[in-house]
Amino acid sequence: MNFLDFIAGNYIDIQLSLLRHIELVGISVLIGMMIAIPVGIFLSRHKRMSGPVLAVAGTIQTIPGLVMLGFALILFGIGRLPALVVLSLYAILPILHNTFTGITQVDQSYIEAGRGIGMTSRQILYKVELPLAMSSIISGIRISTVYIVSWSTLAGLIGAGGLGDLIWTGLSSYNSNYILAGAVPSAILAFAFSGLIGLLQRMLMPRGLRGVRV
Amino acid sequence: MIKFQNISKSYGHSIVLDDISFEIKQGEFVVLIGPSGCGKTTTLKTINRLIEPNKGKIFINGKDITKVNPVELRRTIGYVIQQIGLFPNMTVEQNIAVVPKLLKYPKPKWQEIVHNLLELVDMPYEEFAHKYPSELSGGQQQRIGVLRALAASPPIVLMDEPFGALDPITRDSLQEEVKHLQKKLKKTIVFVTHDMEEALRMADTIVFMNRGKIIQMASPEELLQNPADPIIKSFMGRHMENENNAPKLLAEDFMRTKVLKVPKTSHTLECIELMSRRDVNSLIVLNDDDTYAGTVTIEAIKAHGKAGREISELLSEDAVTIHRKEDARQAFDKLLASSSNYVIVLNDNRTVAGLITRTSMAKALGEALWGEMKS
Amino acid sequence: MINLWPLILEHMLIVVVATVISIALGVVLGVIAYWVRHVDTVIMWCAEAIQTIPSLALLAMLMIFFGLGNTTIIAGLVLYALLPIVRNTYTGLAGISHHIKDAARGMGMSKLQRLIKIELPLSFPLIFSGIKIAVVNSLSIAVMGVLIGAGGLGYPIYRGVQTRNLERILNGAIPVVLMALIFDYTMSKIEQRLIKRAR
Ligand SMILES: Nc1ncnc2c1ncn2[C@@H]1O[C@H](COP(=O)(O)OP(=O)(O)OP(=O)(O)O)[C@@H](O)[C@H]1O
Ligand SMILES: [Mg+2]
Repeated sequence: MNFLDFIAGNYIDIQLSLLRHIELVGISVLIGMMIAIPVGIFLSRHKRMSGPVLAVAGTIQTIPGLVMLGFALILFGIGRLPALVVLSLYAILPILHNTFTGITQVDQSYIEAGRGIGMTSRQILYKVELPLAMSSIISGIRISTVYIVSWSTLAGLIGAGGLGDLIWTGLSSYNSNYILAGAVPSAILAFAFSGLIGLLQRMLMPRGLRGVRV
Repeated sequence: MIKFQNISKSYGHSIVLDDISFEIKQGEFVVLIGPSGCGKTTTLKTINRLIEPNKGKIFINGKDITKVNPVELRRTIGYVIQQIGLFPNMTVEQNIAVVPKLLKYPKPKWQEIVHNLLELVDMPYEEFAHKYPSELSGGQQQRIGVLRALAASPPIVLMDEPFGALDPITRDSLQEEVKHLQKKLKKTIVFVTHDMEEALRMADTIVFMNRGKIIQMASPEELLQNPADPIIKSFMGRHMENENNAPKLLAEDFMRTKVLKVPKTSHTLECIELMSRRDVNSLIVLNDDDTYAGTVTIEAIKAHGKAGREISELLSEDAVTIHRKEDARQAFDKLLASSSNYVIVLNDNRTVAGLITRTSMAKALGEALWGEMKS
Repeated sequence: MINLWPLILEHMLIVVVATVISIALGVVLGVIAYWVRHVDTVIMWCAEAIQTIPSLALLAMLMIFFGLGNTTIIAGLVLYALLPIVRNTYTGLAGISHHIKDAARGMGMSKLQRLIKIELPLSFPLIFSGIKIAVVNSLSIAVMGVLIGAGGLGYPIYRGVQTRNLERILNGAIPVVLMALIFDYTMSKIEQRLIKRAR
């Protein structure tokens, strides 16, 4: 069967998988952000803890996705929940890392100026450090999102649904139509997310920061 | 207005401020000066509690500042740093209005402040208010840095080497502007620098520090006339020489040491070639033992010289010479009296030490008067 | 307890072969990007695009071309490893001080001589860190080879997942993670020494 015919024939299935996939990515990246950004801010205030925490997070990152999914499968069984747990865990590290370095790399003179003119440390955080670290944080989110689009295809293995399902079907039945129907949209999805977040990053960047070292 | 009472600060074993006491009056422009690492910045930062001393107390208007919430305190004290520290994510207007906004001034009020302040430094609101720091020159950025410190009209402003990173011309005009603003707005300013010129120009009172102690606190005039310590003299260097008790200037202080010299045995063609290459019309000629023999001019060679002959035949001994330790005054008198353009300065053993020309004299005089000159 | 050594060796072999190929390809592409104007953006963009493609999707598509087996996973690893190597080669070469380049040119070296004798050696520390990133990533990604019929440590892991057998998963996972950490550690040490020596 021709690929285009295949697409036409399974249009609804593919669309559903795509939506499912977007949902998986969206939820886990959001959870990742909700954990990583506050923790990153916390670590930037307590630098002594940052070393061990970042090292642990880094090691988690080197654990192959298949292994993590296996753990989740054994712990939580099949379905969306274990997949979301694993994906969120993976989403944390790049955002955490970039939040931390983004904030700690803000030039000391800005912070000193802020303190000197009577900002509280909370005000320095919100008005100075976070705006200056924003670009770095968003690029962490972008890296996470691209990762998660990728890991989500793998999560089809433990019944999370999404485009991974189509690829799995294709791989197990050696059907290139299924493979392509899963692989091509997932690649496009990754490009689209990456491009959109990059655009967002540029839009959110204040004019004053372009070409400026923070 | 600001009173330091036995302030000490140490980090570990190193003592940075050693029992400092002094008082700054209302409306006074006080400059802290001293060698690098002597504790100027530390002193300044204890005033707005960016640094807490280990011992002693600071009073502002009679009130112990440790009794005031540091954040509240800092909002009543302007602060300008060398790195400028304008927030790059905020426009000029937002930067200036930071403190008024922190103090919850209503919008019309802080907008008016921004307008007025920008006007004060001749930066039209329409043109500059919505620019970002990265779109301004260094001097403009530092002007905004100063305005930001003034925005909530704090009675006291602290400035830590605010003009250290600026070029001399911009620095000059900013110094003038700040002095002008201070007089007009009747601020008490504590200003750190390690440029004596800046201190002399701006201060009502200079506080000279060394190794965590105050060596002398005096008006600029007093400091110039009666420096309390040799280190202050060395810091003032050239400013001292204008005083009556200036050290005697010697011929060697005014000579240039790069001089074209040739041995007596050189040939005429060589010398002509050298003169035209270096664009001079006479050379100093040396004996075999490097002592001064005389001079040879291009005219002499042209008039009497023959190709391939040694220049010893054309030597003139008319040039004026002077010993290097002789009074500079004498050198000038001789130079002005003689028809030639230079006086030759000799060492003890009659070797050539240098040359005083009309240009080198003018340059050295300029340096003595106005400091290092760029050529 | 199955004998893991053959699997570990095969895993390493796959990664080594892929790394060698990607170094050769990546350095050449990096040099081309450095030499040819305007091509740099194209090459960088492509390398980044490949990296963006989800790994399972990339491997599955490669399988359509290369069939089941080690070739496919090697091809996939090579593609993934390109970005760090190309990028670091390019930035390393482009970042060399003009004085040095001018000096080399002034001594009458040809473009190729300059590259081989001066520029590549000077960029080596940076290229090496690119290789480190590539190796550490590849060790982890190679696990997925099992899904497209390749060998290596992915096998016990996948079987463990299928049979929900934790011990089996760990049998494969622990060596993989250890290898990644060990390579990361030793190569980082070498990297630091290279950087220090270059100063
Ligand atoms: N946080 C710190 N920990 C330890 N030592 C410090 C610290 N801050 C300052 N010092 C030391 O205190 C001394 C005084 O520092 P300070 O910054 O006040 O000098 P300064 O007079 O402003 O010098 P400069 O002209 O170089 O700015 C220096 O010797 C410095 O090394
Ligand atoms: Mg200082």
